[in-house]
Amino acid sequence: MSNIIEIKNIYKTFPNGVEALKDVTLDVLKGEVVVVIGASGSGKSTLLRTLNQLETVDKGKIIIDGIEVTNPKTKLTAIRSEIGMVFQHFNLFPHLTVLENVTLAQIIVKKRNKQEAEEIAMELLNKVGIADKSGVYPTQLSGGQQQRVAIARALAMKPKIMLFDEATSALDPEMVGEVLDVMKSLAKEGMTMVVVTHEMGFAKEVSERIVFMDHGQIVEIGTPETVFTNAKSERLRQFLSQIL
Amino acid sequence: MSTKKNALLWNIAYVIVIIGIGYFIYVSSSKVNYIWRWKNVPSFIVYKAHIDIDSPVKGIVQDYKDHKLYIKTLDGKIKIIKVEHPEVKKGDVVDTTDELGYNEKYKSGPLLMGLFMTLKISFFAIIVAVIIGLVTGLMRISSNPLLKNMAITYIELIRGTPLLVQIFIFYFFIGTVFHLDRLVAGVGALAVFEGAYIAEIIRAGIQSIDKGQREAAISLGMNYYQLMKHIIMPQAIKRTLPATAGQFISLIKDSSLVSVISITDLTKAGREIITSTFSPFEIWFTVAFMYLVLTYTLSLFTQYLERRMAKGE
Ligand SMILES: Nc1ncnc2c1ncn2[C@@H]1O[C@H](COP(=O)(O)OP(=O)(O)O)[C@@H](O)[C@H]1O
Ligand SMILES: [Mg+2]
Repeated sequence: MSNIIEIKNIYKTFPNGVEALKDVTLDVLKGEVVVVIGASGSGKSTLLRTLNQLETVDKGKIIIDGIEVTNPKTKLTAIRSEIGMVFQHFNLFPHLTVLENVTLAQIIVKKRNKQEAEEIAMELLNKVGIADKSGVYPTQLSGGQQQRVAIARALAMKPKIMLFDEATSALDPEMVGEVLDVMKSLAKEGMTMVVVTHEMGFAKEVSERIVFMDHGQIVEIGTPETVFTNAKSERLRQFLSQIL
Repeated sequence: MSTKKNALLWNIAYVIVIIGIGYFIYVSSSKVNYIWRWKNVPSFIVYKAHIDIDSPVKGIVQDYKDHKLYIKTLDGKIKIIKVEHPEVKKGDVVDTTDELGYNEKYKSGPLLMGLFMTLKISFFAIIVAVIIGLVTGLMRISSNPLLKNMAITYIELIRGTPLLVQIFIFYFFIGTVFHLDRLVAGVGALAVFEGAYIAEIIRAGIQSIDKGQREAAISLGMNYYQLMKHIIMPQAIKRTLPATAGQFISLIKDSSLVSVISITDLTKAGREIITSTFSPFEIWFTVAFMYLVLTYTLSLFTQYLERRMAKGE
């Protein structure tokens, strides 16, 4: 299998002087599910956001599906539409209905016609179990329902990679399961996923590899078994003891 | 129940206070020996004009029926002419261009003409101001220092100087250099002035939209234009509607200042009438009321829009 994501020695310092990423290198295989863990502020979100260039890097290279996204000459809109992103706070478009949330980018970015876009949208809303709410506005939905719509919205672009940034952290506990279930079924279908999460159960169950970050660096990478039972670094052991 | 009763009491108090103020104005004006001539005022809004009707033919008046004169011409044909108030009788001989009488027609008086001018100026100024406001508002939040500084300079210059001075500069300087019609200068000055305020409203509106909206749209592959058009602007406009409408209302009121460059708007029409009638109180009250009709209509319309938009969420 080939690498769909190649991150090579990237650095990122924010204007306020915070070094969010320091020499991070990581490859992700096609179809692989990689979970990123680490304390708050360790650079997980920043790493994820450099992949679709919501954040630029100061140094280093990122190659997605053969395209170097860190090259300033690369046209980003096309490659971004192939990388779905799911946010902690859903970020649905409040002025659009659920259906419109899922069709808008299909129509204006992918240039699909309205009917085709709606068919794809309904199929995906069905899949995430929320087709009956297609006509309502996001604010009328629960957090779990909103997050499932957000996943459908990202999937509608037929992405090659899905990024999840603490997709369940803002949810009431009883809604975490419904969102994790959708993510698990995506993983089973072979979607390439990079998932930032504190849900260790999810990490154990579906991830091929776990990446542990601390202070802007990847400290350890390993399979769930090695990470959870046989952590090499002291910092990882400490992190796990706090979270488990 | 008791709060309802209280509210009623206060409402009655309100009516009494208003009547009291009205009475005070009446009493104080009678002290200065002012003669109120309200009955002249309607004619400054609409009046009946006499339109003289001249005979188009040579002949003899045969009959007058249903406000129509029947004139038999020399070659025996009957010519029918509508005349509401004839000044000729059956049997009179008329020549071409002889006056047959007059018709009455309602015409806009100077105040109504002034109101139309105020509406026209405000309408065009609002359109231009919105365009200026949109462009400058976007420039203001641009990361490009040229665009951003241009916008800041414009906004600060305009907001730091009086509109009256700007109108003079626009008319006497810019207007002279570019040979601008006074109307164009007036509309231009107003639009440039209000545009700066609208730009700030739009900037604030855009910046009030959660940054997650931008990130979600960008991550779906939208470009800047699509992001603005489909995601940011619809939300920002909805959010800034009350402030923008307030600015439109300001614009209508501020438009009275263009009367200084001899545009016959509602204010100038009022001033002109006063010089010939010596009824300043009635005219200024009427002018104020006419402005109020415009601004209050706009205010009601905005409230309606807000209610309709609120349903969307
Ligand atoms: N836009 C930003 N400007 C300045 N500092 C930032 C910004 N985004 C993140 N940071 C800082 O970078 C570090 C890493 O942040 P982040 O990647 O969000 O961590 P995590 O997602 O692991 O909690 C933190 O110290 C955070 O405060
Ligand atoms: Mg984070």
